[in-house]
Parts: sequence; structure tokens; C-alpha cells
Amino acid sequence: MSAVLQISNLETILHTEATLVRAVDGLTLQVMRGETFALLGESGCGKSMTALSVMRLLPEIGEIVGGSVKLDGEDLLLLPETVMRSIRGKRISMIFQEPMLSLNPVMTVAQQIGEVLRRHFNLRGAVAQKRIQQILNEVGIPDASQRMNEYPFQFSGGMKQRMMIAMALAGEPELLIADEPTTALDVTIQAQVLNLMRDLQQREGMGILLITHDLGVAAEMAHRVGIMYAGEMVETATREDFFREPAHPYSRKLLASLPGRDRRRQGLRLAAISGNVPPLSREFVGCRFADRCDQAWGLCHDVAPGWAALAGEHHVRCHLFNQNLGSRVNEQGQQGSRGAEPEALTLNSGLNSRPADESNTQITSLTPESRVSHSCLLSANDLKVYFPIRKGLMKHVVGHVKAVDGVSLEIGLGKTLALVGESGCGKTTVGKGILQLIPLSGGSVRYNGLELVGLERKRLRKLRSEFQLIFQDPYSSLNPRMRIVDIIEEGMNALNVEDDSKASDAEHQPDIVKRHKVDALLESVGLPPEAKWRYPHEFSGGQRQRIAIARALAVNPKLIVCDEPTSALDVSVQAQILNLLNELQDNLGLAYLFITHNISVVEYLADEVAVMYLGRIVERGSVDEVLISPRHPYTQALMAAIPVIELESKRHIIRLHGDLPSPANPPAGCHFHPRCPHVMPICREVYPATSSFSPTHTAHCYLYPQELDSAAHLESQA
Amino acid sequence: MAFKPVVLWTDALIYLLVAVVLLFVWHVRRNQHLLVPWRRVSHSASGMAALTVLMFFIIIGLLDTVHLRPAVGNANDGAREQAYSVEVLSLLDLIATPLRVRVEKTYSAPFAAHLYARETVEFPDGRQTREFPRLKFGGAHLQDPEAQLITDVALRAGAGGGLGLLVWSLLLILLGALVARRSGETFISALSAIRRGTTAIPWNAVAIVLLLILLLCGAALTLCGNYHILGTDKVGQDVFYQSLKSIRTGLVIGTLTTLMMLPFALLLGITAGYFRGWIDDVIQYLYTTLSSIPGVLLIAAAVLMMQVYIETRPELFDTIAARADLRLLFLCIILGVTSWTGLCRLLRGETLKLREMEYIQAAHAFGVSHWRIISRHILPNVMHIVLITTVMDFSGLVLAEAVLSYVGVGVDPSTISFGTMINAARMEMAREPVVWWALLAAFSFMFALVLSANLFADAVQNAFDPRVRTLSAKIGTLRRKKLRKAPEGKAVSAGIEDPFSS
Repeated sequence: MSAVLQISNLETILHTEATLVRAVDGLTLQVMRGETFALLGESGCGKSMTALSVMRLLPEIGEIVGGSVKLDGEDLLLLPETVMRSIRGKRISMIFQEPMLSLNPVMTVAQQIGEVLRRHFNLRGAVAQKRIQQILNEVGIPDASQRMNEYPFQFSGGMKQRMMIAMALAGEPELLIADEPTTALDVTIQAQVLNLMRDLQQREGMGILLITHDLGVAAEMAHRVGIMYAGEMVETATREDFFREPAHPYSRKLLASLPGRDRRRQGLRLAAISGNVPPLSREFVGCRFADRCDQAWGLCHDVAPGWAALAGEHHVRCHLFNQNLGSRVNEQGQQGSRGAEPEALTLNSGLNSRPADESNTQITSLTPESRVSHSCLLSANDLKVYFPIRKGLMKHVVGHVKAVDGVSLEIGLGKTLALVGESGCGKTTVGKGILQLIPLSGGSVRYNGLELVGLERKRLRKLRSEFQLIFQDPYSSLNPRMRIVDIIEEGMNALNVEDDSKASDAEHQPDIVKRHKVDALLESVGLPPEAKWRYPHEFSGGQRQRIAIARALAVNPKLIVCDEPTSALDVSVQAQILNLLNELQDNLGLAYLFITHNISVVEYLADEVAVMYLGRIVERGSVDEVLISPRHPYTQALMAAIPVIELESKRHIIRLHGDLPSPANPPAGCHFHPRCPHVMPICREVYPATSSFSPTHTAHCYLYPQELDSAAHLESQA
Repeated sequence: MAFKPVVLWTDALIYLLVAVVLLFVWHVRRNQHLLVPWRRVSHSASGMAALTVLMFFIIIGLLDTVHLRPAVGNANDGAREQAYSVEVLSLLDLIATPLRVRVEKTYSAPFAAHLYARETVEFPDGRQTREFPRLKFGGAHLQDPEAQLITDVALRAGAGGGLGLLVWSLLLILLGALVARRSGETFISALSAIRRGTTAIPWNAVAIVLLLILLLCGAALTLCGNYHILGTDKVGQDVFYQSLKSIRTGLVIGTLTTLMMLPFALLLGITAGYFRGWIDDVIQYLYTTLSSIPGVLLIAAAVLMMQVYIETRPELFDTIAARADLRLLFLCIILGVTSWTGLCRLLRGETLKLREMEYIQAAHAFGVSHWRIISRHILPNVMHIVLITTVMDFSGLVLAEAVLSYVGVGVDPSTISFGTMINAARMEMAREPVVWWALLAAFSFMFALVLSANLFADAVQNAFDPRVRTLSAKIGTLRRKKLRKAPEGKAVSAGIEDPFSS
């Protein structure tokens, strides 16, 4: 196999306002013909800059200062720009992360693909039209001859990404660079797109450089894997070698920080990597990972490690492997005596791995038995949130978007209920509806037996301290113009929260007491008290999320609604936050309503799961019931669509077709029937009633015996 | 006491504005995150150069703001109470007394020694002749203007320029010492850093602009004592003096109008965006209606009403200046009332975006009151828009005043402004030979003021608006690249041998 792309010693720098950032620092990799090479790493490691350097599409402030990028032996960096233009889109194509932003909204799909054909093949008129149709058929756009003349907004997210792929394929490239091609998509759509890419590669035999932060996607797609850290490659291996036996401490930690059921079963904390990716503006002396590595010793801080070859194609840049393989064991023994946890190479067996981070954490048992009290803290009954669709001059209501349409759920004291579903199914709206942040169209919410719906603003304000909210995006959830101390104190001031124990002191020196409380809160989320004098922009994403958690905790809540709190974070940071949430639940007895689309987080954290589809809960039950034996076809498909790191998986894959329908106009009968593989005539007519499988496990599906009373109930509603 | 201080309405508001600006500066200096964008402003060469010019205008404007009534020499001493002149003078008037009182008969060209119009002169022997008579003040010290004028002007200008250069050198030495103390360098290295432009704040640009201003000022100072450097107008008043007086009017219109419109724009814009629903509808209808009426007509109507009011109640005003001033203030108010809609619309849009931000929702979840959310969360986050709009609007308002005065609904005819100057020059343009200097003076002063305000506004916008920051970053990069061409290159790749690179 010959190499399509050969990057050697690539160095790219960014001239930012303040300093010089070495975004890519001496990167070497090759992509073979017909092979998928996955470039893995956390955000800020220089993955995208590598891709842009290959395309020579760096931003104005970027500059390639060294190395070579060879496409079939031809150095792209030496070509003049005019020649480069005939290479982009023809021999190298690129797919971007955000399909909504990478298509021109005022050009039809055919025009956009036609541009490529005209530039590179000089195809026009009927010939071009025919070719466009052919390409669109290839990427699985139904009814291509009609739809090719539509505009991008008429397509759904998944379809738009198919369009992007179609555009990329129009030039029949030798190399396809896919920069996080599925990150913005839902799991079921992601599965479709990944499948398409795999099919196309087999047919066309092109090389794919897949850039991703998702280990699961890499495990499903890649032939070979490269781990990038702080601008340089730290490990390359074939997929099998890498996932069986990752060598670099960073890779091992990355894999260990993935949440999952197995880890929870054994009451394990996730192996969080402390700290963050170092800023690339720094000068590095030793190993770049040394500061975050618990196996680092003196040499790591002083000398940058070179490449060490393990078995076959497995290379790693770490001092642990620099000697021959025999001495590696000694090396680790030596470290064990130095107090660092050797963490061994036991990850291949996965299940019997020892608790990570033993040195600085207490092992907390998270087995379900240890959780006490099943009293119901919050119950929502038949929750409905409709958004009116207004039209015309007088803005009369012509219909409703039924964002949430009859959702019932209960959360026990100190329990975690996970609400799972694709984007647009109404998860977040449920969370806000429960907190009374948006007006409900119907239903009731009872907190400790007290009805919240229709409560007047003043009395509701008093109750506000009982339930709090953590948001998805740590960048927009903190006011950039306020100091941390003001952010945390805001809730305390608004709700007059005081520690009962210190109530007498509080009368004298309320400010001092408050400051102490802020310090204590920051410490409880793992930040130094000095942090309170700083502004949000001085913190990283993970730290900001900690601050957001501290803000919520400041008013001593019993229930926290977590709205995708980790989906904007890197895997290693996600592990830190999940550990923190777990710890807080144990110490403070918090209940969580955990809204997420990430099933592995659910497996790790939740006690109960409710699966939502188009404004309704289709299945709920305890975490084991739902995730191990899902009953509803949607839940089954959702489970199957998640990319997993199992090398010899023989799982049955259910591919869902199509996208989530619009909640403004949901399908009649069971909402899921247009995509359901088991659809029956009755599904198209009446929404199915509850089917119980155990006291806790229920689903709405005609595949199972129906409970008549609830069916009648639902019918009367409709 | 030799004078009696007078505080006119616009004076009071300007004092207030100065106090607010000082307070704002003090507040910004204490807050790191507020200081950062201002630092970026100070790193922009064009912005700092424009600010230097603006400072010159502002100093003149402030001098012209301190008003007083000088005592009138009382012949019969032992007077129980001091009598004061009915004429209200400003500090600038006092400083420029020679300019103010040396009134010629009628038009004279810049640097002329003779009038611009022929006059019949009667000789002692009864003979009459028509000629260009000598000016009473301009070039009066010359024996033979035809021969001496050019050398005299050149000599005096040279002396003035020399004076300016001297002052400039002193200032530069002061600046060098300051920079040296700040950065802990030696004085010489600080000076050379300023010269090469490697200081964070582009002092070299400031120094060049300052040199130009000081040279011009020095020359103007030494010349204006003996000549009318910009000529005289129809009634023989010095045009240079008029131009200086116009600066204050322009600044007052530019700043006070903004002050008038801010409460409307902030309150209505944020309320509309934050509460939405029917409040939003009402406010939107209000500003849509207001902006659908032609602004000039509205202003004309309001000013005419005001004029009638003032003229029917002469007892309210003890001086002419107070009357003219009230009219100026009223013009500011009416301009403010008609021009808040643009900013209001911007703020409404921004607030609509902000209210969906998660920190606002978090505040709702804490039960924080609406008023506190608006004042603590929304207001600080829209201030950059307010600032950018204010600075951008300034130059537009100065121009608006000129247009309105030209139309005749602007400031009081007794108030000297760019508008009244241009209006007067309208007739002169039709004269033969043409009188060009009044218009030219008004335009060049206005040009300098508006251009520097616009350049400064650009710098502020670049610093505060994250969307346009990339451009300035790029320019900065290019500059840095030029500075260190040589050391960069292959030297960075001193890494460990790579097994793949073979």
C-alpha cells in the first residue's frame, strides 16, 4: 500500500495578538490508500490546524514554518497558490464539523456541487446535472433528481452532512479530510453518516484523515489511530493494537476516563486527567504531558522523549518505553516505589482494572444497594409545554409546537434520573418546565408534595433555593462581566441563604460569613479560594463548569437539573466533572435530573432512565432494565447506534432511517412509526398505551401487551 | 471681585459630563476586564493620533465653557455694589481678547494689510480717490506692506514654529522620562523605543501629530497678534476667532445630545428586549412612528416653538448669552429626542439575544428580580454597543448642527457655530471677487474635528467589537513580522530525532 498523504515534521504557528502559538509542532503521519487514519485528541491539541495546514487554508494569522506535506510524493507546501487551487476539492477534499455553516444558504445544492464539477472537470449543463444526480444517489439522498434543486435549509442536519460529503466526493479525491464530521449530529444520524463514509471508502478506495475527539467513532471507523497531544503526535498504532493495549499514559488515561456501566458497577471513579492541555504558546522542555502524568519522573520534565517502537506499527513517544521492552517492567516498579500509581497495562482486561487515582481519592461505593430512601422528591405529572405558532398581521395562533406533550416523571431523594433523547425531542424544555422557568401549558409539578404550577412569583422565589440548574455551555452560563465571588453570591443574596449553624454570627458579620461560604463552596468543587477574585474568562471550560456547580450549590439545593453539563467538555474534563457530581451526591444527598444524549454518561451516573422521543417519554425504568434490555424499538436503535470501543463486537446494528419529525406536526399515532423497523398498521393510528415489564420498567409500544386503563386515558386526551 | 462667574445651562451639563467621564475613567482603571479593551484602543496608532487632535479641540472647548462677567470699571468710587458687564465672556474670549476686539470695517483676506473692498478716501486737500484702504489692525505695523509683508509673515511664523518646536521637545523629554520610568529602561533607550515605534502605545504617532499641532499653534499664536490669519468676515470680525468659538458649539451639540438620548435608548431598548410581549410592541410602535416623521421637520417645528417662547419672555434672561444658550440646549434636547431610535433598536436586538443566555436563566432560577437582572447582567453587557454608537454618532451630530443652522433652525444667530459661519459664507460665495476664506476655515476646522472623531470611533469599535478584531490582529502580526524577520525560521525545529522522518 502506498501512502496517499505523507506529512513529515510539519510545524504550524499562529501569530496571535500576544504570543506565538505553536499549533502543530513537528507532526509526522501518513495515510495509506484506502485507509482511514484517525487523528485523536482533546480540543486545543492542534488537530484542526493540521488539517488546515494540509489544505493550505490556514487563517490569516497562521503560517507553516517547517516540514513537508506530500500528496503522492508531491510536496504541497512548495506549490504556487494557483496550482494548489486545482488540488483542493479535486485531489483533497474536506468535510467540516458544522454542516449548517458550511453550505451556502442562497445557492441550491445542485449549484454548489456544480461549482466543483465546473472547476475541476469543466462539466456544464446536462452532463453536470446528470453527474450531480449520480453523486447525490451515491450519498443516499432519496429522490435526488427533485431535491438537488432545493436549498440547504430544506434539508435536515444529517442530510446536509450528506450534501457536504457529496460535494467532497464530486472531485473524486484521493484523500478526504473529515474534521469532526459527526460531532454536531445525533447518535442515530451519526451512525448513518459514518456508515456512508465507510461504504464510500470501500467503493472509491480513497484515504480518509478522520479528525475526532470521540474514541468511539475512531474505534468504529479507523484502520490506524494517532493520538495528538499539545501539538505533537504521542502515539500511533493500528486500531486493534491501540484499543487492546494503549501505551502512552495519556492514551491510557483517555480510555479510562470514558464513563460506562462497568465502571459504575465496581463503584469506580473515572480516571480523570488532572489539569488541562497546556497552552501551546509555551516553550516545552520535557515531555508535554509530564505535568498531568502520574507516572512522570525527573527525566520526563527535562528531556522530551523520542519515538519508541513497540510491536509492529505501534509507536509511542514516552520515556517509559524508550528502553527495550524488558526494562519497562523495572521502570514501573521503580515508579511504584516513588509513590506514583503504576496503573499497569491492565486495561486490556478492562473490567478488573484497579481504581484509578487511588492516591488522591477515597473510593466511593456507588452500588445501587448503598443508596437509601426512595421517597419521592419531585414528581411531574402529564407535563405539557406548547409553543404557539403565530402568523399574520394580528399574530393569531395557527398551531402549536408540542415541545413537551404529556411527560410524567418522578425523582427520589438523592437519586439520579437521566432523561435521554436526540436533540429537539424536548429534554431541555422538560428541565426548564420543572423549574418553572417557562410557563407550562398543562400538567402539574409537585415538589415535596407542594404544587409548583400556578404558584405566585413571591412564594415561588422562596422555593427557588431548593432546585437549581447547571447548563451545557460553560462559556455562556457565567456573566463575563462579573467576578466569581459576585456570581456565587448572587444566588445567596437573592434568596437570603444563610447557614443555620452560623445564623447568630450572620447577624453581626454577614459579609464575612458569606465570604467563608464562598471559599468553602469553591473548595468543595476543587478550586482554590483565591479564584473568587477573578473573572470567568480566566478559567478553562472545566473550571467554569465547576464554578457553575458552585453557584448552584450556594443556595443549598436538594435537586439539580443538569442540562448536558459535560457535552461541551473534553473526555478527560468530563470525567472530572462527573466525578465531582458523584461525590457531591454522596456527600450532600442531592438528586439530579440529568439531561443528556450521551448514553455512556447515563450508564455511569443514573439510577433511572427515561427515554424521550418527540416530546413524550417512550420508555422508562431503572438503568439496568432500560440499557441492558431495552424494549422500545427507539431505545434499541439508540443503543445500537452508539459507537463503542469493542474490537470483536458482534452486536446487531439497527439503522434508523430519516430524521426526527417536526414537533409542530408530529406523525399520527405512535410518533416513532415512520422510522420504526417493526411498524404495524395500528401504530399509524393511535398512540400506544403503557406496557409494564416490571414495577419500574414501562414502555409505550404495541409490540407488548397494553394496559387498557391507561390506553383509555390517553385516548380521551387525544 | 473683578468678575462674576456665570454658569449657563450647557456649562452645567458639560461640567456634569466631565465629572461622569472622570468617574468612568476611575471605575475603568479599577476593573481589569474593563481596562483591557481600552488598552487595545491605546495600541491603535490612528486612534491615538486622532485622540491627540481631539484633545486639542476639547481643551479649547473647555476653555470656552468657563463663563464669567467681568467687572465694569466704575468711575464713581465708593460704589456699594460692583457693576458687571452685560456681556458674558468665556476664558477663551479673555485669552483671545485681541482677536475679539480688533474688528475691521469689512472683508479682508487672510494675511492682508488692505481691505478687500475699495473705498472712497478723502485726502486732506479735498481730493477723493477709490482705493483699498489699509486695515486698522491687520499688518498695521508695516511701513510698506507690498515689500515687507511676506518676509514679516515668514519671520514671525518661523519664530512661532520655533516656539512650538521648543515646547514639543520639552514634552518629548517628559514623555521619554515617563516611559523610561514605567518600563525601567534608561532614558535614551526609551527615546529610541519611541522613535522606532516599539512601545506598546504608539507614542511615535502621537509625537508626530503633536509636533504638527504645536508648530501650527505656535505660528498661529505669533501671527494672529498682527494679522488676521484667516481673514475677516462681512462685519470685520476675525474668522480665526470665530472658528475657535465654533469648536465649543460643535462639541456641545455632539456630546450633550448623546447625553439626552441615552436615557431613552437605554431604558426603552432594554425594556423592550427584556420583557418582550406587549411592552416590546408599544416601544417598537413608538420608535417606528418617530422615525417615520422626517427629523428635520420635527426639529424645525420644535425650534420655532421654542423661539417664540423665548422671544415673548425676555424677562427670564438677564443676558443675551443666556438666551442663546437656552436655544442651544433646546436644540440638543430636540436632536436627542429624535435620534434615540437607532441605538434603541440596536439595544433591543442585543437584549433579545442576551436574555436567552444561560447566565440570565441561572439568575431567574435564583429568583433574582427583573430590575437586578437588567442592571447587573444586561446593562454591563450592552455597554460596548452604547460606547461605540456614542462615539460614532458624535461626528454625525456636529454635521447635523451645521446643516440645521444653515437651514435656519439651528443655534441662535448670535451663537458662533460652524453652521452659522457656513450660512454667512453662502452669500459671500456669490460675490465677485469671491470671499473664500470663511467657508474654507469652517470646513477645515470641521474636517479636522470630524475626521479625528471618526478615526477615534473606529479605534474604539475595533477594540470593543470582537468581530472586527481579527483585522487588527492581522495588521499587528504583519508589523511584528517585519520587525523580526531574521530570527524566525528553521531554528525552532530542534526536536528529537524522529523515526518517521526518514
